[in-house]
Amino acid sequence: MATVTAGGKPSATRRRPDRGRRREVAAGYLFAAPFLLLFLVFTIGPVLASFFMSFTDLKARDIRNPFAIELVGLDNYAQLLDDETFRKTVVNTAYFVGVGLPLTMGIALAVAVGLNSGITRFRTLFRTGYYLPVVTSIVAISVVWRFLLEPDSGIVNTLLGYVGIDGPSWLNTTATAMPSLIAMATWRNLGSLVVIFLAGLQLVPREMHEAASIDGAGAWGRFRHITLPMMRPTILFAGVVTMIGYLQFFEEPLIMTQGGPLDSTLSTAYYTYNQFGFGNYSYAAAMAYVLFLVVALATALLFKLLGSKD
Amino acid sequence: MTTSTRPEDVPVVAPPPDVPPSRRSRRRGFGGVGEPHPNPWVYVVLTGGLVLLVGPFLWMLLGSFRPDRELKQVPPAWLPQDPTLDNYRTLFTELDFVTYFVNSTVVAAAVTLGNIVFCSMLGYALAKLDFPGKRVIFVLVLGTLMIPAVVTLVPLFVLVSNLGMVNTYPGLIFPFLAGPFGVFLMRQFISSLPDELIHAARVDGAGEWRIFRSIILPLCKPALATLGILTFLTSWNNFLWPLVVAQTEERYTLPVALAIYAIGENKADYGLLMAGSVAIIVPVLLVFLALQRHFVQGIAMTGIK
Repeated sequence: MATVTAGGKPSATRRRPDRGRRREVAAGYLFAAPFLLLFLVFTIGPVLASFFMSFTDLKARDIRNPFAIELVGLDNYAQLLDDETFRKTVVNTAYFVGVGLPLTMGIALAVAVGLNSGITRFRTLFRTGYYLPVVTSIVAISVVWRFLLEPDSGIVNTLLGYVGIDGPSWLNTTATAMPSLIAMATWRNLGSLVVIFLAGLQLVPREMHEAASIDGAGAWGRFRHITLPMMRPTILFAGVVTMIGYLQFFEEPLIMTQGGPLDSTLSTAYYTYNQFGFGNYSYAAAMAYVLFLVVALATALLFKLLGSKD
Repeated sequence: MTTSTRPEDVPVVAPPPDVPPSRRSRRRGFGGVGEPHPNPWVYVVLTGGLVLLVGPFLWMLLGSFRPDRELKQVPPAWLPQDPTLDNYRTLFTELDFVTYFVNSTVVAAAVTLGNIVFCSMLGYALAKLDFPGKRVIFVLVLGTLMIPAVVTLVPLFVLVSNLGMVNTYPGLIFPFLAGPFGVFLMRQFISSLPDELIHAARVDGAGEWRIFRSIILPLCKPALATLGILTFLTSWNNFLWPLVVAQTEERYTLPVALAIYAIGENKADYGLLMAGSVAIIVPVLLVFLALQRHFVQGIAMTGIK
């Protein structure tokens, strides 16, 4: 088989005969077909079905006969507005994302700038170490953190005890349960953001820093007026990816607090899962769609805040 | 189900390649005008951070070798005073750990194989073949990355129940065989291969399948390795869907089994729970440390910079 590579003849401009064109179209669809079939059945179909279900009264008992159900209009959505627990989950989710997202991004940016500040020794060790938690199972990590945060025998309170602080029962106190979950999420997700930011920092031209230094700009000034603006697309990307994940937090409260104490860590995704477990299928679908809408709106908001200002 | 788990679980990018030392020292030779010489405090702070990041893993590992009474001891001893393998023994004797391990492996392997085949085929079509609707397909597939996993939960469960696939391997595997991330990765990679290869093969009379199989796929090995590793990892850690579909112990995956023990009657049995966590986490960490190179390549291929 000839493997003639680039002779300098731009073959893209050459029009192929119709038969070749038809063959290419057919091949395109054939290559796309297996993925698309699975994708339609297991993703697109369910996304649309979920929307439809949210306007019905589908319950677990209807599962064998999902079309023998009544349309109830916006009843599920109206019920959501009246559901005090749901409102609480929205506040909790906003708390988790509102504090967790800036915290994770801020620390990750600081670590990335530190790693990029000309250190040469142990650079790989640091980067690998910070990345480790990213590849691990959230379930296992949550179990481990619960162990760390045990009120008496836990290592966290033991260490705090050495400096004279009487640590609380972190996961059993309403005021500290959510901050504990946020700390763990920050710990686990830091690494992926550090890596994204490090990649973004490579794109900031050194010449700009050098020129600014000569003009007398300090480190903070250069960070604020050169690094940050140049990093805006990277920060936007990292922010969107992290936020979409954070808005769906579920495993952490399930393993660490079961949503307690007093629902103070019950997230919207967790509550949706619970409603699904109770067999309230259409209600869970409506809730999931509200979450979807929030994800879409929050993404749009981030784009507006951080997107190109030109 | 839309995204395999959460988008942030897919390490879209992985550690970037290190700047080779020679170039690094050249960059430092700018006479100190650019970045200042490394501030020793940077090392102190980064090392402190590293201890916080790695510490929980060490505590988990140490905990897994402690007998029960030592785990409840106040204050805890730094090192296990009376190290034991009992916790690991319990995993194999009282729990059906081997089954969970096999389930996780089978599911992750099947999902990985499916994504390698289906994503590279669609990726090739999107990158190199011209056909009506391909832009729509690409946008639609990528758009689903934003959809929360709970959105498809209910209809997917209804579907899987009606197909009789609850508590079966197909039920655990099918919803993840075709994931959007792989399409993006493969399309980006295949786009970078020269068109001339394909034109030349066509002139020689090779069919499209032959071109894909004998020319494109062999060139895609690095991308396929990255896709394979990331998909396996995501599937290994996946939780929500297996929790719903695996209803009896014979079908539990490792995270499902661990979660059920961790919130059930073994809630306070930390020796067992730490040993179980080690069993989930350590294989993954070893694979990550051994194959960092492939994670590194992810960054170049997804084009995120």
